[in-house]
Amino acid sequence: MTTRTLQFKIYRYDPDQDQKPYMQDIAVEVDSTDRKLLDALVKLKAVDDSIAFRRSCREGVCGSDALNINGRNGLACLTDLGSFPDGKPIVLRPLPGLPIIRDLIVDMTQFFKQYHSIKPYLINNDPPPERERLQSPEDREELDGLYECILCACCSTSCPSFWWNPDKFVGPAGLLAAYRFIADTRDQATNERLDNLEDPYRLFRCHTIMNCVDVCPKGLNPTKAIGKIKDMMVKRAI
Amino acid sequence: MVNRKIVGAHYGLKDWLAQRVTGVVMVVFTLVVAAALLQGAGGSYDSWRAFMSAGLMRFATFLFIVSLCWHAWVGVRDIWMDYVQPAGIKLALHVLTLLALVGYAGWAAQIIWRL
Ligand code: SF4
Ligand code: SF4
Ligand code: FES
Repeated sequence: MTTRTLQFKIYRYDPDQDQKPYMQDIAVEVDSTDRKLLDALVKLKAVDDSIAFRRSCREGVCGSDALNINGRNGLACLTDLGSFPDGKPIVLRPLPGLPIIRDLIVDMTQFFKQYHSIKPYLINNDPPPERERLQSPEDREELDGLYECILCACCSTSCPSFWWNPDKFVGPAGLLAAYRFIADTRDQATNERLDNLEDPYRLFRCHTIMNCVDVCPKGLNPTKAIGKIKDMMVKRAI
Repeated sequence: MVNRKIVGAHYGLKDWLAQRVTGVVMVVFTLVVAAALLQGAGGSYDSWRAFMSAGLMRFATFLFIVSLCWHAWVGVRDIWMDYVQPAGIKLALHVLTLLALVGYAGWAAQIIWRL
């Protein structure tokens, strides 16, 4: 089996021991069965078991292993090892803009607070029908590209507007989720949802920089969803 | 005041829309002036004066100046909102920006009326 050695530069910080963060140089041997960055990270853990990172599903479903990889946010489990050029160290940092708990683990509280603030659940006060609330196939189609979000936070933590005002700007992930419920024909709270977002900070901090679209590992387009929310607000107002 | 993060001012759509509309006005005005310059309107003082003092151009120039100031108001305030956190300083900057822009608009209007 062919093996190759990968060089890493990894952001390390343990608030219990370190005065300040530092970058650790470390190498690990991978073989041809190691296909993704996460595979290499798991092997790294065997070299130095003090390195801390999150992961769970290892297949792009749980959204827990989002990292800043060579300056770009992405999921370790979806990043091909083959995509890294030989001879250059792979630089791993935690997601930017969030408080760091340890090494590559960030505190996502602020991110989820914003997500919860848009009421990410169906609001419908009619008594539920015997079987289910129905939608036409066309209405259902509008939810494609919205419901697939795994809340990995790659997008929001690459958005400068979210860096400056994480406590006030909902951020691309939250706004994508907001539109998912605004667009749902079974939801009855459309007006309240639009009211809730019509705010210079909550929605209008988005300056269409499109970093979010660039990094989403699921190929989703928060900017487009944000544009549709703005369109609906305009339609409602004129 | 209690130390809580509060948002929900329920405005922003009009500013966002105004930013777009005023942007279009400025682009159209710029194209008109550029076309006039290409046709030699700037050749002499008299031809330039004749071009700028036509009724339609006075109307358009005033519209351009109002658009410019309004556009600048939304844009500059966005910068304060993004980068300035303390509410007091932010309010002061907003007021200063507004006063400066209103002053500029008035000054510009005086110049056009003088034509
Ligand atoms: S929109 Fe994409 S990048 Fe953002 S949280 Fe969802 S899956 Fe992650
Ligand atoms: S398009 Fe909006 S939400 Fe996406 S990165 Fe840019 S400012 Fe942030
Ligand atoms: S480990 Fe679950 S998304 Fe990567």
